[in-house]
Amino acid sequence: MAFTLSGCGLVHANGHRALEQVTLAAAQGERLAVIGASGAGKTTLLRVLGASLKPGEGEVELLGSAPWRLAPVPLKRLRARIGTIHQQPPIPLRLRVVTAVLAGRLGQWPLWRAIASLVYPADMAGAQAALAQLGLADRLFDRCDRLSGGQLQRVGIARVLYQQPALMLADEPVSSLDPTLADQTLAALVAASERDGATLVASLHAVDLALKWFPRIVGMRSGRVVFDLPASRVTPQMLSALYASEGGVPPVHGAGQHAHDTVATSPALQPAHL
Amino acid sequence: MTTALASPSSALARDPAWSARVGGFIAFGVVMWPLLAWSEFRPWLLFDLQSLAAMRGFLAGFLPPSTAPDFLALLARSTLETLAMATAGMALAFVLAAPLAFVATRALSISRIGPGPGVWRAIIVRQSARFMLTVLRAVPEVVWALVLVRALGLGPGAGVLALGIAYGGLLGKVYSEILESTDTQPARALLEAGSGRLAALLYGLVPGAAQELASYTVYRWECAVRASVVMGFVGAGGLGQLMDQSMKMLNGGEASAILLTFLALVLLADGISAALRRALA
Repeated sequence: MAFTLSGCGLVHANGHRALEQVTLAAAQGERLAVIGASGAGKTTLLRVLGASLKPGEGEVELLGSAPWRLAPVPLKRLRARIGTIHQQPPIPLRLRVVTAVLAGRLGQWPLWRAIASLVYPADMAGAQAALAQLGLADRLFDRCDRLSGGQLQRVGIARVLYQQPALMLADEPVSSLDPTLADQTLAALVAASERDGATLVASLHAVDLALKWFPRIVGMRSGRVVFDLPASRVTPQMLSALYASEGGVPPVHGAGQHAHDTVATSPALQPAHL
Repeated sequence: MTTALASPSSALARDPAWSARVGGFIAFGVVMWPLLAWSEFRPWLLFDLQSLAAMRGFLAGFLPPSTAPDFLALLARSTLETLAMATAGMALAFVLAAPLAFVATRALSISRIGPGPGVWRAIIVRQSARFMLTVLRAVPEVVWALVLVRALGLGPGAGVLALGIAYGGLLGKVYSEILESTDTQPARALLEAGSGRLAALLYGLVPGAAQELASYTVYRWECAVRASVVMGFVGAGGLGQLMDQSMKMLNGGEASAILLTFLALVLLADGISAALRRALA
């Protein structure tokens, strides 16, 4: 199994309960989309899967080991096999694109290589190949503060593609991309996961993209998993119930949260289709 | 939602932060007034006729600055000595400060993620590093110099060591605070992807903080030049010792030449700092 969560619950330090009794497992190579309204617990779930938040209740197993029972060194090695695409790319803007992408393998490189790569990039070809999958191969030596928000988001994705993790987590990976680019970028993520046999878990605000690219859909509301089904079995009723707090209208990409008119343009969301 | 927007009068009658601000302002005044009284801060005495005359007499002796060739040679040698003392002291301070700051920076803590294994041990190590930095800087460099002049004899050697110890504590504290106050998300993300602490520092924190770190270091070097003057008064060599001699012999011209040299050094530090900031922008 790529991961197993059993009965996980998490209360943030401010007292807000973010996860409640979450039980979820995936086999290696599976692709899951996590959908739900803002504040449903999607990001927290991904952070638990990334061994960056320790749930107060329940058991976590990631890539065959229980992270919170590991000693520091094996835990570090486990984390190097998990890659997270963050909603806000965590990249210092003074870095060049090549350095930002190469940083994806810092968990695998020995320290001397990390330092040497600051003097002369260690693997320019590798960084360029990762960027090429996202249409950014020509920006290799630009500084990140020269990029647009959408380009920076794709550099963050390229970093994780370059890391080649066994478990790939993506928190709203296409939130600042236009519909065409969002589609191409998800295609690149899916292709990478198929090529490397990596498990892919993405939280997506846009239900149309989730249904299009992911065979398995996990719906979350108020920190609970309310459904976990193959994409073909997700019904409009389930989606309106899931988004009841946002007016019962499932959001689609590039249309904001109140996309009454555009829902009909997505065939997967039309009642007739389901 | 709509009802709250429709009737704002009850909710928005008063800024909730207001009473805390007024209270803080009053508390500031209550604390500051006795402090001013105790420190005998009476600036109006400056404009008293008698003190004005005394100051004028003292300052008149400063003009013109001395330009005697053998004094200028001595001044040049002392300037070099002071620069060497400040630079060597800063190098020593950096060697002390960098590892301690690296240990003390919370943003580079791996065990904090989760929290994971060894979190208590890490807190203890971090606090000990902070305590070390406090001990180093708690004693002023002049006091270190007084002690070390006795151990190492008169001359700049004692000054270098004194500067290194006191400034090591200062630099380490401020370095770790600069690193904490930049965006720590990049380093955190790297640590969460299995990177080591040092790699996370170099790829995640330093790129965002390089300008601040460089300009603070140059500013401290400037302070070290000035501090080495004060230490000269207790026998640690350099411009300070020269100044001490000139003042004792009531040679105002020499003293003003030395002060002009200080001014030039501070301007030099300013120029270096500006150039470094531009280079690292």
